[in-house]
Amino acid sequence: MMTNTVEAEGQLTPEEQKRLTADMHRSLRRKKFRALFLVAPLLIFIMVTFVAPIVSMLYRSVDNPQVLEYMPNTSAALADWDGKDIPDEATFAALVTDLAEGRKNHTIGKAATRLNYERSKMRSLITGTARKAGRLKPPYKDKVIKIKAGWADIDTWKIIKRESKSLTASYYIAAFDMETTPDGEIKMLPEKERVYFKMLWRTIWMSVLITLLTLLLGYPVSYLLASLPMRTANTLMILVLLPFWTSLLVRTSSWIALLQGQGVINDILVWFGLVNDDSRLSMIYNATGTVITMTHILLPFMILPLYSVMKTIPPSYMRAARSLGATPFTAFFRVYLPQSVPGISAGAILVFILAIGYYITPALVGGQTGQFIGNMIAYHMQGSLNWGLAAALGVILLVLVMGIYALYSRIVGNNNQMTLR
Amino acid sequence: MALPSYAGPLETFWYYAFRAFCGLVFIFLISPLLIIIPLSFNIEPYFSFTEGMLAFEPDAYSMRWYKEFFTSDRWMNAIQNTFIVAICSTILSMILGTLAALGLSRSELPFKGLIMGLLISPMIVPLIISAAGMFFFYSSLGVSQSYLGLILAHTALGTPFVVITVTATLSGFDHNLVRAATSLGATPTYAFFKITVPLIMTGVISGGLFALMTSVDEVVVALFIAGAEQRTVPMQMWAGIREQISPTILAVATLLVCMSILLLTTVEYLRRRSETIRGITPQ
Repeated sequence: MMTNTVEAEGQLTPEEQKRLTADMHRSLRRKKFRALFLVAPLLIFIMVTFVAPIVSMLYRSVDNPQVLEYMPNTSAALADWDGKDIPDEATFAALVTDLAEGRKNHTIGKAATRLNYERSKMRSLITGTARKAGRLKPPYKDKVIKIKAGWADIDTWKIIKRESKSLTASYYIAAFDMETTPDGEIKMLPEKERVYFKMLWRTIWMSVLITLLTLLLGYPVSYLLASLPMRTANTLMILVLLPFWTSLLVRTSSWIALLQGQGVINDILVWFGLVNDDSRLSMIYNATGTVITMTHILLPFMILPLYSVMKTIPPSYMRAARSLGATPFTAFFRVYLPQSVPGISAGAILVFILAIGYYITPALVGGQTGQFIGNMIAYHMQGSLNWGLAAALGVILLVLVMGIYALYSRIVGNNNQMTLR
Repeated sequence: MALPSYAGPLETFWYYAFRAFCGLVFIFLISPLLIIIPLSFNIEPYFSFTEGMLAFEPDAYSMRWYKEFFTSDRWMNAIQNTFIVAICSTILSMILGTLAALGLSRSELPFKGLIMGLLISPMIVPLIISAAGMFFFYSSLGVSQSYLGLILAHTALGTPFVVITVTATLSGFDHNLVRAATSLGATPTYAFFKITVPLIMTGVISGGLFALMTSVDEVVVALFIAGAEQRTVPMQMWAGIREQISPTILAVATLLVCMSILLLTTVEYLRRRSETIRGITPQ
């Protein structure tokens, strides 16, 4: 359009026009590169120090090298096994080679641990046989079965064959409390053995509860702060910002001092005679402890976005409604509340996202019943060392959080993220 | 929001009930921070008030746990580690974050949304997931259990704050000022240091304070990738709370509360100053 105007004035020949366009493109490109050049250092840094670790975790949740790497002969021998009968002598010979070799290199334990995730008893089957494998002479088949009867079970072989692929879905299957039968069917575990789904579910509903509590406590306070004169509001705001700026561990340890059996709150209750000295309330090292502590920790994250939205609602609207005959309640529910909805949804989603990924607080005050899925991830990282499962649980949590975050940015846009964490 | 003169009895009741409720919420917010202060002066090795403390007997109070804190090699070493890591990562965050924010504020930058998303992703991803990912990846690179690894990790977690605060400062930035400077003969570099830098400095510093706080308070990632050599204050507190609860932790906590008060004051001051400079009426 611009070129048309210029042409109409008749000042530029087509060649000049072309040159001008080229110049403009070149200058634009240069500006583009300059902008990219400024962003590049951090972008590369984040890619290497943050995005690559997350991607490597994604990969680890499906990575399955152990059987293939530490039992190479058996894997190869099983490649064209039809799965109908116990494998032949050649496969058993391959197995004995792998076991003897693996025992010498101290690697067979890794393959055994991996297979044990699929079926308990696999570890003892493999390590027990490996201990004697070095001294065996052919023919192997009957001798191996004599050492451990498990080798006569066709399912053992089916599992080894299945797990000798370099990628596996089995960590995800386990993370959803399901199992693969030796015949390759995926089914739910019996009710009693379902751990992770229950944990994920508990994490979600406890996060919802915490979100609702922060909303219940935060809404009136934000309303008060937004309607008070600036000077008073700023002073009271310190009471919100100070906890916000205080270390998570400080607040958690302080709640331990408050809530424990011999703690301040129980002491007060006993002193007032509301509770007997020998029946003090147990408010910590259980779900109650997690909910109270996390509500306190996350409350500022609810108040700040609510406050920033309420600040923009003109107080004259409420006055107008009142002067037109509305009761205070009608005025609030019909006029004020609908206008504060963006703040509610922003605060709620923010608190929920933060809550669902928590690990430290539940670990310190959660006891048995107040643990979150994050604690399960940490346990498999540091305790059971089942890293594949930890990674799979991490990816599930990540997908969940990212989904909710997408919702959050839709609602809030991209400019209100300062209040995150 | 004073109570209007036409308010009926019900409305008066609600007015005071509402204020009382808000008062309770404020007490809920602040009392956990205040309760640890007297508790940290307990002479007994308990986490709760003794009878002597409640009777205000001077004998029940002591500086014992502060003395223990300041004479403990473990804690002093942890403080040193925390500061080394926090200062290095804050400086790195401020440099990288400010540059990126300058780039992001240019309208010519392609894929702006995607880049912004990537740059602030460390803030959105739950810490336990970041920690798990970094644990695998940093171990395979051989930088876990080292200061370098911890500094890199904390820098990644801190930069989003710098990017966001500086971007916010730049959003109210009048580019005509730079144009005016250049038209008056300033070189782009001179204009940058004389015009742009002073105006965005408050954003850079408050972003840096957020990054500093993130690093000082960070424990999840540190637990996974730091070794015994790099033990930080939060790691030491974590171990203390899990193993044996000694009031030393409360002494540390009290000192940390004082530090947050200091930081809060600084950030608030910077915010007001920035608004004054940018011509927004201070609130």
